[in-house]
Amino acid sequence: MSDQMIGYSSYLITLLTMVAIYGVMGLGLNLNWGVTGLFNVGIAGFFAIGAYTAAILTTEETGKHIGGFDMPFWVGAIAAMITSAILAWFVGKICIRLRSDYLAIATIGIAEILRLILKNEMWATNGARGISNIPKPFESLGGLAGPLAFLALVVGILIVVYVLLEKGQHSPWGRIMRAIRDNELAARASGKNVERLRLEAFIIGSSIMGLGGALSAHYFKFIGLEATEPLLTTFLIWVMMIVGGSGNNRGVLLGALIIWSLWSMSEMVIQAFSLTGEFAVRVPYMRMFIIGLVLNIVLQKYGQGILPERHPGGKDAQPKR
Amino acid sequence: MGDLLLFINFYLIPGIVLGSIYALGAIGVSMVFGILRFAHFAHGDMMTLGAFIAFSAIGWLGVGPILALPFAMIGTIVVTLGIDRVFYKPLREKSTIIVVIASFGVALMLRSLIMVVWGVNTETYSSGISMPLVFLDSFRIAERHIWMMAITIAAMLGIHWTLSKTRIGKAMRAVSDSPELSRLAGISTEKVVQATWIIGAGLAAIGGVFIAWDSQIHANAGWDLILPIFAAAILGGIGKAYGAMAGGMVIGIAEEVSSYPWLGDGPLLSPGYKTGIAFAIMVIMLIWRPSGLFRGRVY
Repeated sequence: MSDQMIGYSSYLITLLTMVAIYGVMGLGLNLNWGVTGLFNVGIAGFFAIGAYTAAILTTEETGKHIGGFDMPFWVGAIAAMITSAILAWFVGKICIRLRSDYLAIATIGIAEILRLILKNEMWATNGARGISNIPKPFESLGGLAGPLAFLALVVGILIVVYVLLEKGQHSPWGRIMRAIRDNELAARASGKNVERLRLEAFIIGSSIMGLGGALSAHYFKFIGLEATEPLLTTFLIWVMMIVGGSGNNRGVLLGALIIWSLWSMSEMVIQAFSLTGEFAVRVPYMRMFIIGLVLNIVLQKYGQGILPERHPGGKDAQPKR
Repeated sequence: MGDLLLFINFYLIPGIVLGSIYALGAIGVSMVFGILRFAHFAHGDMMTLGAFIAFSAIGWLGVGPILALPFAMIGTIVVTLGIDRVFYKPLREKSTIIVVIASFGVALMLRSLIMVVWGVNTETYSSGISMPLVFLDSFRIAERHIWMMAITIAAMLGIHWTLSKTRIGKAMRAVSDSPELSRLAGISTEKVVQATWIIGAGLAAIGGVFIAWDSQIHANAGWDLILPIFAAAILGGIGKAYGAMAGGMVIGIAEEVSSYPWLGDGPLLSPGYKTGIAFAIMVIMLIWRPSGLFRGRVY
């Protein structure tokens, strides 16, 4: 293989790995919002707690932060899901009964508080400098084989999450979730424990986001405060879901592919113009503008996204949203 | 200097100033929530916009922060009315939660425009250090803090007068209490919506200018304000302008006073965790009394 081919392949592997990690988190959000109608804007918080849990459990002893447990990858990943689930239980218990706007505020709140803790508790998290040297599975293979094997691992996890969620959503459990979203009163009237079911969906979705955080920490071999900023996690994933089609798992994955490709390629376009001076610092922020604009255009013109949700009862059963 | 004066000079007055800033933002958030029925997450970025417009006015015209206020208010109001027309109005007939999502998109767009126009550096209005005024030997207060409190009180009296005496103010309260009945009574919802944005954006601009005037401003400042502002609106009761004023004050003062050495020598709460106070108050309210102190609405 020529050097150029290796360059392209490694770029493609990087892109697809990121798409798969975002895809996992997107699927979690889709269970929250797309299926159950729970407005979770604290993805960054669940991402962060998952990423830090995995990082602390799998790194070697450094003295800069708590840890040194040197556990294998899968222990960290499962622990990440458990810690983010506990956090979700706490948030959900308080505001799952109120309208979605309150859940939005509370989830933003918990994400920001977590950032404060990560920043201030230097002894545990190494503060703004973050946790580095997180082991990356298959790295020892080297060359293209290492990243390729890691991509396969992430895609494998993505497929497992996808299949389980699809199964869940097409089971009676998933149908009740949709019923709660579309007509809460009717669901309540038919004797369903709406609060409990919502809490279940919220916890499962959030723990999937925590898993995404763990994957990201292992991929970058580093987790710091910057990765927990809401723009790169919360907002990008929301846009991916809305653009792809909320309520449709395949749509969300397509959205992750499209939006992440746009996001990472726009960086190259900006570099290609080789701007200089003050303007070169500012123009990259136009990416944020474009993401916000795309979100608004899709909401106004294509409310259902690229792949609309498929309703079990066919087109006539489609509720107005 | 006595402990009491130390407390007033360094904890209570900064708390009242911070409370004024939160209140100015929270009134808008609470009124938009009450009248348009959605949580407006771009409100903090409107405050940032106001602060930066004033920054330019100060730079170009050489005026002080007070004379820059009208520019900030008008600029922010015009942009906000434009945002409503282009991004929120087309979604009016849809579920309000869709508008909440749209407001996140608007927040991103506003922030990135601010970054492109004004850059990503932290800016201040003046570089010098101003000496505080000293009364009775030991009561110290910065001149700007007196101005900020006076302007906040004037703004609140203005809101009170508008809501209780003017036609549009009464219409706003009517729509907030019952949109169906007020439509039957022939109140133009669109006019009420515009008035809500004008008041909300104007107050947000004042709050934004105060932040920059008191310390500094950067493009991401609006995001950090979202949590305390919403906490203030919930504490006061959604849809209640007076509640939002009180809520903002309580949270602002609580944040500053929390780092006073109440027990022992060190601050009671590390200043790094100030923002946590707003969140804690909000969580307590959501559990104990979601309708807020002033019995607002719970959705």
